Amino acid sequence: MQTHELEYDVVVVGGGTAGPMAAVKAKEKNPALRVLLIDKANVKRSGAISMGMDGLNNAVIPGHATPEQYTKEITVANDGIVNQKTLMAYASNSFAMIEELDRWGVKFEKDETGDYAVRKVHHLGTYVLPMPEGHHMKKILYRQLKRTRVEVTNRVICTRLLTDAQGKVAGVMGFDCRTADFYVIRAKTVILCCGAAGRLGLPASGYLMGTYENPTNAGDGYAMAYHAGAELANLECFQINPLIKDYNGPACAYVTGPLGGYTANGKGDRFIECDYWSGQMMWEFYKELQSGNGPVFLKLDHLAEETIQTIETILHTNERPSRGRFHAGRNTNYREQMIEMHISEVGFCSGHSASGVYINERAETSVQGLYAAGDMASMPHGYMLGAFTYGWFAGANAAEYAASRAMPAADAAQVAAEKARVYAPLNYQGGLPPAQVEYKLRRMVNDYLQPPKVTRKMEIGLTRFDEIRADIEQISAQNPHELMRAMEVSLIRDCAEMAARASLFRTESRWGLYHYRVDHPERNDADWFCHTHLKKDENGAMSSFKKPVEPYLLALDEDEKTAYQRLRIVKDKELASA
Amino acid sequence: MSYTPIYALQRTSAPVTVDEEKCIAHKGCTVCVDVCPMDLLAIDMAKGKAYMQYDECWYCMPCEQDCPTGAVKVEIPYLLR
Repeated sequence: MQTHELEYDVVVVGGGTAGPMAAVKAKEKNPALRVLLIDKANVKRSGAISMGMDGLNNAVIPGHATPEQYTKEITVANDGIVNQKTLMAYASNSFAMIEELDRWGVKFEKDETGDYAVRKVHHLGTYVLPMPEGHHMKKILYRQLKRTRVEVTNRVICTRLLTDAQGKVAGVMGFDCRTADFYVIRAKTVILCCGAAGRLGLPASGYLMGTYENPTNAGDGYAMAYHAGAELANLECFQINPLIKDYNGPACAYVTGPLGGYTANGKGDRFIECDYWSGQMMWEFYKELQSGNGPVFLKLDHLAEETIQTIETILHTNERPSRGRFHAGRNTNYREQMIEMHISEVGFCSGHSASGVYINERAETSVQGLYAAGDMASMPHGYMLGAFTYGWFAGANAAEYAASRAMPAADAAQVAAEKARVYAPLNYQGGLPPAQVEYKLRRMVNDYLQPPKVTRKMEIGLTRFDEIRADIEQISAQNPHELMRAMEVSLIRDCAEMAARASLFRTESRWGLYHYRVDHPERNDADWFCHTHLKKDENGAMSSFKKPVEPYLLALDEDEKTAYQRLRIVKDKELASA
Repeated sequence: MSYTPIYALQRTSAPVTVDEEKCIAHKGCTVCVDVCPMDLLAIDMAKGKAYMQYDECWYCMPCEQDCPTGAVKVEIPYLLR
């Protein structure tokens, strides 16, 4: 096993969605920079969109929506706890991103006049732009990486950031998951684009990697940012999504809704007005699932044959193409019956909710020289286009920052400590297999952290996660692949502890199901209309604190404020007026 | 006297299988191994054929889609099927 010492101006960790965009934009900004894109898998097929994506869920297109309208809608969908400046930066720049993707060859649906064919899925505005041929997305990104001469390193898993004496980022460390070679990469600036913490909870199926998220996205970026001293925002606003039961892929309302499909209860009745993923919608979904009207289904069996064929073509060839195979195996056919749905395991993901490493409107984290973008960065409800747009901001701003800084040195003590930590499972004989420890850890996340959240249960969870810290020291890895899994168990444990502490700190309920606390059931704006941040304090302990919500750029009127609290369909008119 | 730790096996049926007649790994092809996000596939050097080494599958399908000879098949893992 060798140690490789490298240096780059800009290092981007994660080659899925935001990462390639950040690397390309850093190079475009300053072609003289040495830019490295590093991935634990292979950038050709890595990240949440490894097979493609079937549409943009948040396209703010002139003539169909305005940046102001979108910013307000997400403010409401996220119960007011947003930095409108970061939302506005996204909403006003993302159309330029769409036009650039269009020039790069991404095929968006257009009408007969050549205008983008935007659809309405959100509660208030119209922002969904289908990409029926979105399976080409990764190839298109790869072409841009080649064009701009970004250097790529695959199969290296990054485990810790290097910092200098002032706490600025100084590079990244990791190892090759096939050879176990150790990497020390000095860098003037690092951009983290590591995706969601998708292996926090255990899927209801019990299959360890049957997660909603691509399981490579284990939460690496959250843990690396935490250990480097960065602040993480609103982690208690968990990601929980409505999915096809067992298959655990999206149903997916953004595709089926505009074509006439909807979420129904066991009686085949609609119970929510809007299928857009929000905590409030998940709360109604959860209540229906638990009620006598449960479970919940995707209803398409009332649609015309040609519509169903269109839906099948989109859903079975883009984001999760094995879905057709799943339905065939279950003998379920959209034409004949409703498809049973369930809720996902819990995770962190700003791309769908609002739990992320804190960033401002320039994609800067609270650690100097460290940027973040995509599912792991705190701009709420970002989805794929948010990842691209903030990847662009991160790349351009990091390029500027790199030009003004000398190459930092690597702290020898940090390198020695990390090398010892990483290699420990290879040197340990007869210990616990990583998969067993991961299974138990994630099963306990389900037992103690899954909403409805209960204070005493979360406290027990913390005790268990602390015990698992000792188990992790007993893990042995028989080869570099198992070593990767062993290191992932450790970062998943860090995320589990963050999830518990962040959830315990906010003593109210907010964001519907995402942070429903049974023993603090009401929303309490007087005490908790604020962000909550979590960081590693001077003593190395996890500490939570309040941060005021940044002044709004756009005021909400009273009716808008409560729009997402009125998602349930009330059939009885009298009940509605009571 | 001390107890010797041992590992007991638990068999699982691999969701990814390879048609060895079609697989051209013996000619140097490693496409399926390269594209698996979870790094689960490997080449059996003795046979010169690809196979699934670890059952940690996300049933995402790049291995099947990108195989130049159509030799790889992804099934839904049994627990989810």
